[in-house]
Amino acid sequence: MAKTKVLERKPLTPMEKTFLPQILSGLKTTFGTMMQKDVTLQYPEERPNIPDNYRGVPTLVKDPNGREKCVSCQLCEFVCPPKAIRMTPGEIDAEADPERAHVEKAPKEFDINMLRCIYCGLCQEVCPEEAIFLQDVFSLSGYSRKEMINNKEKLYELGGTLPDQHGKWDKKKAAEQSGNAH
Amino acid sequence: MELLDAFLPYLLPIFYAVAMVSVFMGLCSYSVLAERKVCSWIQGRVGPNRTRLPLLGHIPILGNLLTGLGIFQPAADGLKFLFKEEIVPGHVNKFYYMLAPVLALAPALTTMVVLPFGRYVDADGITQPLVLANVDLGMLIILGISSLGVYGIVLAGWASNSKYPFLGGIRASAQMISYELAMGLALLPVFMWAATPGSDYGMSLFGAVQSQQTLWLFIWQPLSALIFLVALFAETNRLPFDMAESETDLVGGFHTEYGCFKFGLFFVAEYAHVIMGSALFVLLFLGGWNFLPGLADPWGESLIGSLLSIAWFTTKVFSMIFFFIWMRWTLPRFRYDQVMSLGWKILLPLAVGNLVFNTIIIVLYDTFTR
Ligand code: SF4
Ligand code: SF4
Repeated sequence: MAKTKVLERKPLTPMEKTFLPQILSGLKTTFGTMMQKDVTLQYPEERPNIPDNYRGVPTLVKDPNGREKCVSCQLCEFVCPPKAIRMTPGEIDAEADPERAHVEKAPKEFDINMLRCIYCGLCQEVCPEEAIFLQDVFSLSGYSRKEMINNKEKLYELGGTLPDQHGKWDKKKAAEQSGNAH
Repeated sequence: MELLDAFLPYLLPIFYAVAMVSVFMGLCSYSVLAERKVCSWIQGRVGPNRTRLPLLGHIPILGNLLTGLGIFQPAADGLKFLFKEEIVPGHVNKFYYMLAPVLALAPALTTMVVLPFGRYVDADGITQPLVLANVDLGMLIILGISSLGVYGIVLAGWASNSKYPFLGGIRASAQMISYELAMGLALLPVFMWAATPGSDYGMSLFGAVQSQQTLWLFIWQPLSALIFLVALFAETNRLPFDMAESETDLVGGFHTEYGCFKFGLFFVAEYAHVIMGSALFVLLFLGGWNFLPGLADPWGESLIGSLLSIAWFTTKVFSMIFFFIWMRWTLPRFRYDQVMSLGWKILLPLAVGNLVFNTIIIVLYDTFTR
């Protein structure tokens, strides 16, 4: 059992019973805080510092070459607890984009319903392609329910590019070409 | 021209009264601002700093400064109260419901009639007070009328026909009765010293100020000053005694059912009482417009002298208002029974004892010096 130490309370001195010394010291404290610097952030002009691991609005990111990273594996759609993600997988047109033909798939449509999203970050955690990230956008508003559904363009616009240097699919292609796939 | 001469004695007092009411109301609205600003500074915030008037607010540096200090905020607040939808709940007694805010504000504005705020020296070289009505019974009038202010609160609580305002109203009246006694008793020694037999001032506040030329009453009557100050906090319904509107347990207290300008009137009335209370305390205990203890009146006899005395008096009043606000954001609220026991069991006996003690001293003083 944890040891407890009983603090002895001294009886109040006659002066303390009038409460006047305590009131005076209280006044001193409040005067002290009055002299201190304000902690207010003038919000719309000043923005708060967002830490790196902040979980804001989920977004889709592109790789340094500006190419889509998502391969529409649908893991995020599956894991999302409130079913905020709805996506339609699509094929990459090999003729139009021979560079990325070997990736084979990319999302045709990708909607995240921000009225459902609970910002849990599971989509980011599950994504095998590091394509979806919860970034620093924290204020989100719209006039209608429809406006609150982020479609693919919006998600990429919010997400931007991620400066990672994996080049996973480039490496895979190079390996294939040099004859030692896998 | 003759007509004007005939009417001038009647017109002039009206003009003075209107001027004084306008200044007083201006002070009230700026006390609200002061409250918000001081409160936010104490809490490490900035307070209202966005309201900007079209032209004045866009003067290069000054405009930003005034906006940052929230100087234009009272105008915005007032306009907001004016243009809000006037809601009268269905369950109230309409007539008294409408009457209550007016009744709360009117006494505070009435008492300032006898409030001296400076002095001038007339043609015969006699110092006269600057006051709307220089009556001998100044203090009695103030005590009498300012306690009428509580009727507005009680009426509001009753006419609202809902339980929280009702409780607030009851508390306000009980508190007013309890502290009025101590307040009056704390004042008696002051006037016993200030209005010695044969002095021509009587119970006028001007006499109280003039009697403090060498020594402020606050210094040699500290107990009276303390009791009066505590009772003043209670009378003005300010924290730590804001039983009537204790937001934490009574929603809004007596003004729960009030909105828009009627609420605004209550709000202004509270600050009017605060200003009146501060002015009274300054007059009675802090030497009024006397410069410093020992150095009474360095202002001189000219117009400038009068203006300086007014300025010094207002400075003191502002410091007192600041003290009121500062106190409010320092202390937590008393419990209702604590308020009652403080009033009846501590302040009242203290005030009686103080009165008896001073009487004995005066008797001894009179016996041995005559
Ligand atoms: S953060 Fe959570 S709720 Fe929001 S989209 Fe991702 S998985 Fe769904
Ligand atoms: S975002 Fe990631 S998890 Fe979701 S479908 Fe695309 S690749 Fe799969």
